Amino acid sequence: MPSLLEAHGLHAWYRETKALHGIDFAVDEGGVTALLGANGAGKTTTLRAICGMIRTQGEIHFAGARIDGQATEAIVSRGIAHVPDGRGTFMELTVEENLRLGAYTRRDRAALARDFEHVFTYFPRLQERRRQQAGTLSGGEQQMLAIARALLLRPKLLLLDEPSFGLAPLIVREIFDIMGRINREDGVSIMVVEQNASLALAIADRAYLLETGRIVMSGPAKEIGRDEAVRRSYLGY
Amino acid sequence: MENLLHQVFSGIATGGVYASVALALVMIYTATHHINFAQGEMAMFSTYIALTLVEAGVPYWGAFIITVAVSFVIGAIIQRVLMEPMANAPVLASVGVFIGLLLIFNSMAGWIFGFTLKPFPSPFGEGPPLLGGMFSRHELGSTAVTVIVLVTVWAFFRFTKLGLAMRGAAFNPVSSRLVGVPVARMLALGWGLAASIGAVAGIMVAPIVFLDPNMMAGILLYAFAGALLGGITNPAGAVIGGFLVGVIENLGGAYVVGSELKLSLALVIIVGVLVVKPTGLLGRAVVSRV
Repeated sequence: MPSLLEAHGLHAWYRETKALHGIDFAVDEGGVTALLGANGAGKTTTLRAICGMIRTQGEIHFAGARIDGQATEAIVSRGIAHVPDGRGTFMELTVEENLRLGAYTRRDRAALARDFEHVFTYFPRLQERRRQQAGTLSGGEQQMLAIARALLLRPKLLLLDEPSFGLAPLIVREIFDIMGRINREDGVSIMVVEQNASLALAIADRAYLLETGRIVMSGPAKEIGRDEAVRRSYLGY
Repeated sequence: MENLLHQVFSGIATGGVYASVALALVMIYTATHHINFAQGEMAMFSTYIALTLVEAGVPYWGAFIITVAVSFVIGAIIQRVLMEPMANAPVLASVGVFIGLLLIFNSMAGWIFGFTLKPFPSPFGEGPPLLGGMFSRHELGSTAVTVIVLVTVWAFFRFTKLGLAMRGAAFNPVSSRLVGVPVARMLALGWGLAASIGAVAGIMVAPIVFLDPNMMAGILLYAFAGALLGGITNPAGAVIGGFLVGVIENLGGAYVVGSELKLSLALVIIVGVLVVKPTGLLGRAVVSRV
């Protein structure tokens, strides 16, 4: 299967502190890649590096073009939607305004109206709360809003940073179900960062294990899930 | 009674000027979390540009439009050249830049245009007061212009995609970049727009107070009081606060403290709001759940 996203020898820094030490990874066209690891391993950093939010070195290729060193806005406009850690809600704006901002790069009005309907079939609760100030939504609803906002960009690749963080198990299940549908039905490739490894491995076809800025293990998600060390450290059984 | 009404209407007219400057302050505050102390001096400088154009023979409304456009460019350039590099600077550094801008515009205006009071033309003509003698022609005309500007700005932010992107960029620059909004450009547009609104306020108030390099010093204080009174986080509140301060100032000056001490009313309002209700009348402490 051809890769949609590929990184080679990717280094990244926060100011003077180096956080990634030359990692390689890929997301297949139509695939789901899981990025696992403990706190501080560099998972969030990797997603930020892809979107040009921090200083990087090394090559990142997306859909045949080199995107490292480009401005975040330019990278996003190529079709990479990023659901950031903390969900990135525009607290002061309404739910609908949040969604309209998600569609900022879009010029195709008719298709956009259909896409609004489409994301509301995933998240009917957002439709009920269209006019509500987004800051008043619950954590789960804000996570849904963040995913809906990302989908309205009509991305080829969806980057998700800890979508389960701080949410009740039922809501986590709902969100991961919807992520699976987005991947299968809408054909959006996904790269998901998770502390909850079993959740992520369940929907992923490829996985990487990060430790202090280096990839220590990579392969098909099934094999990673069977690995003794991974099971003991990250899956807890 | 008639005198009281006249004072109220006259207060609304100057209140419109405070409301405009208050709106400009709130726009910059939303994006930077700082008060642009130079907002008034920028408006004063714009007013000199307008006067220079009028004296050079440009028709009034032509000069008006050119001035608003030039002010927009100056505001945007200030953001790109001075504020952009200061984005992550400590508070005191930003305040220093604002104070520096204030002094630069003030001194530059005095150096280029002189320190003497200059009369400024009104496009609304002389003649008897209108509406039963309550409003002078200029008061009525300038209030109309102010209201048109405020409604236009409100509609722009409320209904256009660009306006929404500018609000998003001011509230949450990181998320804005992630949806593809060019944040730096939006902030520059915001500064330009604020400078333009200030320019209109300066041009509208100059026929009343006469033009000199310190024309906006007191007005900035009233506008700041208005912004605080209405709520520094709420543009609509700031506008209402601006009008309120205009009326309070006029009534207080006429009946309570006398015109010599009017400016102290602004300080009383500022201190009063900060002590009693720091969010202002309509300001909201933004609710956020985690």
